[in-house]
Amino acid sequence: MYTTDLSGKGKAETAAAEDPAMLATFEARVAADEFIEPKDWMPEAYRKTLIRQISQHAHSEIVGMLPEGNWITRAPNLRRKAILLAKVQDEGGHGLYLYCAAETLGVSRDEMTEALLSGKAKYSTIFNYPTLTWADIGAIGWLVDGAAIMNQVPLQRTSYGPYARAMVRICKEESFHQRQGYEIMMHLAAGTEAQKRMAQDALNRWWWPSLMMFGPPDDKSPNTEQSLRWRIKRDTNDELRQKFVDITVPQAEAIGLTVPDPALKWNEERGAYDFGDVDWEEFYAVVRGEGAVAKERMQARQKAWEDGAWVREAARVHAEKKAVGNRQLAVGAR
Amino acid sequence: MSDPSKEWPLWEVFVRGKGGLSHRHVGSVHAADGKMALEHARDTYTRRMEGVSLWVLPSAQIIASDPGDAAALFKPAEDKVYRHPTFYKIPDGIKHI
Ligand SMILES: [Fe+2]
Ligand SMILES: [Fe+2]
Repeated sequence: MYTTDLSGKGKAETAAAEDPAMLATFEARVAADEFIEPKDWMPEAYRKTLIRQISQHAHSEIVGMLPEGNWITRAPNLRRKAILLAKVQDEGGHGLYLYCAAETLGVSRDEMTEALLSGKAKYSTIFNYPTLTWADIGAIGWLVDGAAIMNQVPLQRTSYGPYARAMVRICKEESFHQRQGYEIMMHLAAGTEAQKRMAQDALNRWWWPSLMMFGPPDDKSPNTEQSLRWRIKRDTNDELRQKFVDITVPQAEAIGLTVPDPALKWNEERGAYDFGDVDWEEFYAVVRGEGAVAKERMQARQKAWEDGAWVREAARVHAEKKAVGNRQLAVGAR
Repeated sequence: MSDPSKEWPLWEVFVRGKGGLSHRHVGSVHAADGKMALEHARDTYTRRMEGVSLWVLPSAQIIASDPGDAAALFKPAEDKVYRHPTFYKIPDGIKHI
């Protein structure tokens, strides 16, 4: 998800026009697992790919606050409400760590915000599905944050220093997200028949979209090779998806829920689960903006940005006035 | 389109993890002024008791060395191994040195 370019360009940035000697030194540093820092020389294609990847990741964290934010006021009790509030706040924090990391590459915060609001920049497809019941909050924490962890843990060793450091902070916080979600599912699955049905229904609706989060199959992922070489992607989409299925299926079984895939079967020989085909038509439709609540999500972000305009403006003008006042005081005191 | 002069400036954030440690760089925030930068730094970087004290300073005020000068700046130390205690061979029998 975060390492999959959803912008629809479908073509990798190439480093063809770069100084060959500089490029060779850069490639050697990256191959030796050295970190690249903001002021270091880097190929333009590396910079551009990273800006797109990190900002897409940041947008996903920010838009990702919406489906869960939808349930804060309706959480079943105070404990759940406090937890959900903290979790959604964390996602906001993740967005901010990542925007800062992208800014070190020479793009401004406002440019990134504009790209999101104009629809030019993409975010993870998963957040364009609606949260219909409380069980969806459990399913999101367990599956969506679970998939995010799978994707983000290897990125702690990504070659760009500020991105890697943001990932370390984020990964420290994600584990709580997944566990609180699983706990919600656990309680529902052990509850009344109706609660159990609700949990199963949420798993049915979130399972396949969660598998899609890892991005298209490797043979349809054109940028993978260069991104792996540049260490801005550390595992392929299919590798991560397989890993996710293998650890998640037993978790579902343990609480008596059924993964909605008739083709799911343990493969003794591979030591892994075989599973059914993901509906990639649905994935590409959501990438194109045809997700059930895609319009609603963008409207919510636009409204937040527009409603906050006067606050940003007032704070800026106030700070300027105060700075001028302080300078005059300093002059007067001489 | 965005007007860069209207974007809140960027501040670098430093957190003292606990008493006795120095402040350490953790990231940055946008804020209109220093007071707001502290508030944003608190919400962004210390939601889990990561620190007991915060510093913020305008990113534009940081003077950084150029990676291109790294060799000139740091290489001269490389051949001065006599700056390290292990350079000196002291016989085994000599204690407390
Ligand atoms: Fe997150
Ligand atoms: Fe999360």
